Amino acid sequence: MPDTAQPIIQIRNVTKRFGKVAAVDNVSLDILAGEFFCLLGPSGCGKTTLLRMIAGFELPTEGQILIDGQDMAGIPPNRRPVNMVFQSYAVFPHMSVADNVGYGLKIAGVGRAERDERVREALSLVSLGGFEDRKPDQMSGGQRQRVALARSLVMRPKVLLLDEPLSALDAKLRAQMQFELSELQDKVGITFVTVTHDQDEALSMASRVAVMNKGEVAQLAPPSDLYEFPSNRFVADFVGSVNIFEGKLILDEPGRAAVDCPGMGKIFLNHGVTGPHGADVWVALRPEKIYLHVPGEGKAIRAAGQDAPEGYNLARGQIKGMSYLGDITLYEIKLDGGAMIRVSRPNLSRRDQEHFTWDDRVSMHWRADSPVVLLN
Amino acid sequence: MSLENWQEHKRPFAAIAGAPLTWLLVFFLVPMAIVWLYSFGQNAGPADIAITGTLDNYKRATEWLYLSIFFKSLAVAALVTLICLIVGFPVAMAITFASDKWRPWLLLGVMLPFWTNLLIRTYALMMVLGGNGYANKALGALWGGASWLRTLVGLQLLDAWSPVQLLYNNFAVVLGLVYVHLPFMVLPLYSALDRLDRSLIEASLDLGAGHLRTLWTIVMPLAAPGIFAGIMITLIPALGAYLTPDLMGGTESQMIANVIERQFKRANDWPFGAALSFLLIYAMFILIALQSLRGRKPAEA
Amino acid sequence: MALLGRRRPVAPLEYTRKTWMRLWIAGVMLFLYAPLIVLMVFSFNDSKRNVVWKGFTLKYYEKALNNEGLIEALVNSLTIAALATVFSVILGAMAGLMLWRFRFPFKGSVEGALSLPIIVPEICMGVAMLIFFAKIDWPVGLPWPLNLSAITIAHITFCFPFVALVVRSRMASFNREQEEAAKDLGAGEWQTFRDVLLPHMKPGLVAGALLAFTLSLDDFVITFFTSGPDTVTFPVKVYSMVRFSVTPEVNAASTILIILTIALTALALKLQGVKAIADAH
Repeated sequence: MPDTAQPIIQIRNVTKRFGKVAAVDNVSLDILAGEFFCLLGPSGCGKTTLLRMIAGFELPTEGQILIDGQDMAGIPPNRRPVNMVFQSYAVFPHMSVADNVGYGLKIAGVGRAERDERVREALSLVSLGGFEDRKPDQMSGGQRQRVALARSLVMRPKVLLLDEPLSALDAKLRAQMQFELSELQDKVGITFVTVTHDQDEALSMASRVAVMNKGEVAQLAPPSDLYEFPSNRFVADFVGSVNIFEGKLILDEPGRAAVDCPGMGKIFLNHGVTGPHGADVWVALRPEKIYLHVPGEGKAIRAAGQDAPEGYNLARGQIKGMSYLGDITLYEIKLDGGAMIRVSRPNLSRRDQEHFTWDDRVSMHWRADSPVVLLN
Repeated sequence: MSLENWQEHKRPFAAIAGAPLTWLLVFFLVPMAIVWLYSFGQNAGPADIAITGTLDNYKRATEWLYLSIFFKSLAVAALVTLICLIVGFPVAMAITFASDKWRPWLLLGVMLPFWTNLLIRTYALMMVLGGNGYANKALGALWGGASWLRTLVGLQLLDAWSPVQLLYNNFAVVLGLVYVHLPFMVLPLYSALDRLDRSLIEASLDLGAGHLRTLWTIVMPLAAPGIFAGIMITLIPALGAYLTPDLMGGTESQMIANVIERQFKRANDWPFGAALSFLLIYAMFILIALQSLRGRKPAEA
Repeated sequence: MALLGRRRPVAPLEYTRKTWMRLWIAGVMLFLYAPLIVLMVFSFNDSKRNVVWKGFTLKYYEKALNNEGLIEALVNSLTIAALATVFSVILGAMAGLMLWRFRFPFKGSVEGALSLPIIVPEICMGVAMLIFFAKIDWPVGLPWPLNLSAITIAHITFCFPFVALVVRSRMASFNREQEEAAKDLGAGEWQTFRDVLLPHMKPGLVAGALLAFTLSLDDFVITFFTSGPDTVTFPVKVYSMVRFSVTPEVNAASTILIILTIALTALALKLQGVKAIADAH
């Protein structure tokens, strides 16, 4: 009986080289039983290769992959306790929906009666009850994906692998499927491992996310940690939108730290960062964590929640561009120090966006727990 | 997705590659090699050919008599190809831009003759072109009509119509070859035009070009690979055509294939026939090499 | 296609609705089909001279069907075509799969060699077959159908590269993820081939078979060089009849073959649909 803390998949120092290029470079990570795990990264980062190595379609050049404690070396894909939902869905076009879903069971020698029963169950699980006799070409992309899901789930795999499961769907359907996939995973309790380049998908569905870059794992964390506490510039930049400023660490004590960013200003943090004094660091500041106000108003607002010394966490500038996005408005502001900064502001009331416009002088501030200092 | 390396899948590779490659070697490459060897041989007896390494056969093949037949074959093939291109291009255009309902039937209309026996088609054309055939009758009617028109403007009647010789001459060979090869030209043209992005034509019209200008500056260059494929697929068989000149041509319209045939079936000079065959094959290779040179250019640009 | 009576205005790209285009197509179709139709119509003409209609008769069909030489030639042709089709499809499918699937040394040369039977002029291949079978003393005078073996081998040789071409281009549209999906669901190599690859390949195989059958039935030149007096095929027989004299009997026999071609085409259409057939070429 696997308990939830035991890793169902252990990837140990896995490297995959195609010629001289290392697609996956010495990756080690554990995927726990029952979790919704996501491999996130830009195209070419090695995430799909890693997934295909788990499925057995690619063999690691070095390293070891264990599924449920068993080494997978030498075990072909058709004998691994994992199943895959392919990016193109790979629904067999010449078979009916029922034949597609029952294919694996038929290969496994499951009897007709049981097979029919399990196919029906799997189809109702993905809300495709009654579609048994349809041919794939009579179905929409979303429905074909459900067939592919049912076809894998009916095998009751230990792990379900999903390769870019939502990339071929349109935006509305994608949002719905994100929700449904999480729900489905809750219901069946199978470990899901999915690959995506879309951060929204990763953040909304996964319990843990491994962000990959150039074949390596850049950070492995739950979605909110990835967003709020990125551990390096790549992750900060890849997950969500961010302003990054280069600076020098001028103060670093337990409970407080400060960074001087030329062109931007001085930034104060209410926690230590454990970097050497005077080191070159980067500060990441999310656009929505910056308060925007007309010059002069700022002092009063800040006085209410003063958490930084005078002269810190404050900037002035001029609006150079704005885009109205409905729920928020995004401003591009040229700071007096010379740097550009992006600020987003919720449109709390109608016509809220008219409050600020092009060429307005504005001042900004942010709380001392908002910036993140990155050492690399 | 990348191809599989045969070394990692030796058994499946051997299972599917063995039979076709062996067949090709034994029943094609070996026979061709024998022909090639024979082309350097000479008749040593009634049924015996000695391969002596002589170049006499090739020397004889470059005599003016044979060279002129060779060049004539090339000229006929080129003319046939040109006519096929001019006649076939609008047809390919029409198929491409036909409605979804009509397109398959137009295609079928072009392909059905392609599937019909070559000999039967040649024979059918011969029937129509014969001395008393319908082609002559139609020409006669036109002549009669023209003659009658002349009387309207006060001119004399033309002389009575005498049937023209439409068969057993160079004209018949060219017409016959066009008749046989037209589908070969239309199909690759169609597949090239079909792949063409229609919005390019629309963009050209939108930017003020007329239809002819669009055709010349947009459609033709983009369909160039298909046009070259069509030219090759027509030119090569036309150059090696045997049946049409044999049945429809006269004594002066023999092509290279007929000369080759004569060496084997009548003159019984196999080594010389082998040399001529290989000269024809080399000509094909040169044509194909030219095409691949042309074909590469747009890919690089 | 109503030439006149234009109700809707012609959109810029509706070239097919322009009058000159329609006339051009009508002209080309007339050129392609008129001789065949004349040939078929006059197979029913009660006259030795072909051109004047003298009344309906079936006597030339009777004559053709009682002409033992002609019937034998037709049976020979169909037998050769059937055998050549079966072998070409098998060999062609293998060759097509090999080129589609594998990377191997000298692949370019192998590809070139495989396309040689397609581009080498028929006359040269006929010559090669003649010399080859003479050189290796291929037995002649064997009982039927073994006497057709030389012709059949020649036909397979020029047919199977075409099948390989068709199969390969069909496989190019195969989604390899389907194969992985089958394996992922537990299928072995053979099961994957049977359940996923073969069904995808099927239209290519049907198109290839059709092509091979037509090419074999159609071939005159190569057969002319490989056939002997006791192995006459239909085209060779018709050739000698045409050379000898133009008779309505040839019309009748040709009409039968044209009808056969149309029937085969119709069958293919029923099996595959017009579009699939068009795509295969």
